[in-house]
Amino acid sequence: MAHDLAHELPLAGAHDAYHPSGVMRWIQTTNHKDIGIMYLIFAVTLLLIGGAMILAVRAELFQPGLQFMQPEFFNQLITLHGLIMVFGFAMPAATGLANYMLPLVLGAPDMALPRLNNWGFWILPPAAVMLVLPFFLGIFGIGPGAVDTGWTMYAPLSVQSGWGMDFAIFAVHMLGVSSILGSINVIVTIFNMRAPGMTLMKMPLFAHGFLVTAILLITIMPVLAGGVTMVLMDRHFGTHFFTAVGGGDPVLWQHIFWFMGHPEVYVLLLPICGVVPHVLTAFSRKNVYGYKAQVYAMWGIGVLAVIVWAHHMFTSGMSVGGQLYFMYSTMLISLPLAVLFFCWIATLWRGSLSFETPMLFAVGFIILFGWGGLTGLVLADAAADPQYHNGYFLVAHFHYALYPTTVMGAMAGVYYWLPKWTGHMLDETLGKVHFWIVMVGFNLTFIPQFLVGLSGMPRRIPDYPLMFAEWNMLSSIGAFILGVSHLLFIYNVIKCIKGGPKAEAKAWEGAQGLEWTVPSPAPYHTFETQPTIE
Amino acid sequence: MGAPQACECSYGLETRPCCGSSFCAGYLEVPTALKADDINLQQQANNRLAWRLALVALLFTGFGFAMVPLYDVICRVTGLNGKTNAVAEAVDANTQIDATRWVKVEFLSHTLPGSGLEFSPEQFSMQVHPGEVIHTTYVVKNRTQHTFVGQAVPSVTPAVAAPYFQKIECFCFSQQTLAAGEKRAMPVVFVVKPDMDREVGVVTLSYTFYEVPA
Repeated sequence: MAHDLAHELPLAGAHDAYHPSGVMRWIQTTNHKDIGIMYLIFAVTLLLIGGAMILAVRAELFQPGLQFMQPEFFNQLITLHGLIMVFGFAMPAATGLANYMLPLVLGAPDMALPRLNNWGFWILPPAAVMLVLPFFLGIFGIGPGAVDTGWTMYAPLSVQSGWGMDFAIFAVHMLGVSSILGSINVIVTIFNMRAPGMTLMKMPLFAHGFLVTAILLITIMPVLAGGVTMVLMDRHFGTHFFTAVGGGDPVLWQHIFWFMGHPEVYVLLLPICGVVPHVLTAFSRKNVYGYKAQVYAMWGIGVLAVIVWAHHMFTSGMSVGGQLYFMYSTMLISLPLAVLFFCWIATLWRGSLSFETPMLFAVGFIILFGWGGLTGLVLADAAADPQYHNGYFLVAHFHYALYPTTVMGAMAGVYYWLPKWTGHMLDETLGKVHFWIVMVGFNLTFIPQFLVGLSGMPRRIPDYPLMFAEWNMLSSIGAFILGVSHLLFIYNVIKCIKGGPKAEAKAWEGAQGLEWTVPSPAPYHTFETQPTIE
Repeated sequence: MGAPQACECSYGLETRPCCGSSFCAGYLEVPTALKADDINLQQQANNRLAWRLALVALLFTGFGFAMVPLYDVICRVTGLNGKTNAVAEAVDANTQIDATRWVKVEFLSHTLPGSGLEFSPEQFSMQVHPGEVIHTTYVVKNRTQHTFVGQAVPSVTPAVAAPYFQKIECFCFSQQTLAAGEKRAMPVVFVVKPDMDREVGVVTLSYTFYEVPA
């Protein structure tokens, strides 16, 4: 039998009279495990594309001067890196985890709306093509290249850019619709499909994380859709939402974008806040600490997330009163976040700890994300922010917030549940090597960026003064090391799919949850009869 | 909340529908796989909630568009954003002139590079008393070979001063057509309201002359 992935993964059940195989199976599937796998493969593919783009950037920044590219090309790379990582990697990866694991942790047979699930996924590949097509066309001299405004797409540049911007607008629309459909599915599944006896306050934290995330998404993604539609109208239909010539205001775009953009980063965080407690309890062999506190903290973060957006706009001409409000409210978010940190550490405290790969990534997430949060407080200080706004301190801050979360946290979840998905235990040595390469590469990339940021280096620039040279060189070396680590991750996962020590139903000694009551690998259909929870 | 659950009481060969009812006392309750009716109910419940959530998403799209007028309303009500009056308004000529106080008013002019327009204020800076009606002029010259159609957009700094900088006559937002080589003087008549915060010493009026696409 050929060893392609379609055969290694749980086979489409033979119970149906007509069941396609091959490509049509994947196009037509409404099975949450299949769809989860597709989301994850899509996410990893875009992780590599977005990563390749930023490695090109770091190659250019390796030394002062312009060695490989012109600023116009550079701007496309950094813009696509941001859009791809946020909308093409992080959100689909989270959705993939949700799709595969929510029904399993809730004891449900599938997601609430399986066909909607299929549509939600298949919007993504065309959207990704729309986003990057102008980039590749531009390389061959066709057209002005991809969107080049930065992922924040500020006006008036967004209104003046070439048609790469129009492609990006349509891509953002499609990515947003996919996100909204997926979120509707998650919410309905959580409210309607829990196993009997599983009240909302008995369901695993994984589900709570995704519930808050999904509710945030259906409120914010439509606002972004409205905003990019306004950009499209300004570009082609003679409106003046964001252009001063007609009485519009570029700052209006900033408000609309960041009203979405800030809750968005908590959308990226909260699923991992749901994953990490599962991993910690398994490898501490203890019950989770502070279940209710963590639930309330997640809700507190979700509510606060929506009212702090203008801390991204301290230098846009805001009054002192406005700056004070947004500074105080932003700093307030550190309180529920501190509650979460406390509960995670308390879960570990006096536990019977073992540091298998998932645990390493979870603990690494806690430490590095902690740095991200603390450096966020520096930026939230409205008096200090003008010095750091749009500089490399900010870039390092949000990478410390986002990479340990969306990449390492997701990898913790993937490594944790891989035995359930594949039926094999992963190669622990390779997993540990992966982790330590990430720790070295990630910190080597971004600690120098804190330093050049404090010294005044702006972001989104292809060339810089000589005083920043040494730190940039180190950062670029770190970036390539980090880049290589992702290849090792993919190798690990494929190796685990193909074979390895047989995994038990309860693959990890301390693992808790309904998903560990089904066999490994999980059958194509699980919990067709829902268990009753006391 | 949760899935509608079917179950049967099983005692030997006898089965009855039950679930927590007195029928099942002493019998063994066994959950059964959902029957077609129950699945249908489940799907209906799911669809109902899904459509409601889609409505929420739609409402928030509306909210995104509503942010546009909301933005202007909030700017006006709070006085933030420093939007000065775009439409010239007459002011009470009997406003007391505050001779105890001087305010420096500076004038800026901007055009987009390559527009071929020369645009400058007649005076770059002046000292005025709050309450005093001041006349000044901006001069624009079309140095290109073709007709230029444009409009000027005003802006006042600092933002706290904007509500107190009252323009009585200006050329804001009105379309100006300049023939090739034409030079024009455009008047600005304004008054600085006396109730402006005493801490404000300098107010800057800026005009940006944009070309209006044909």
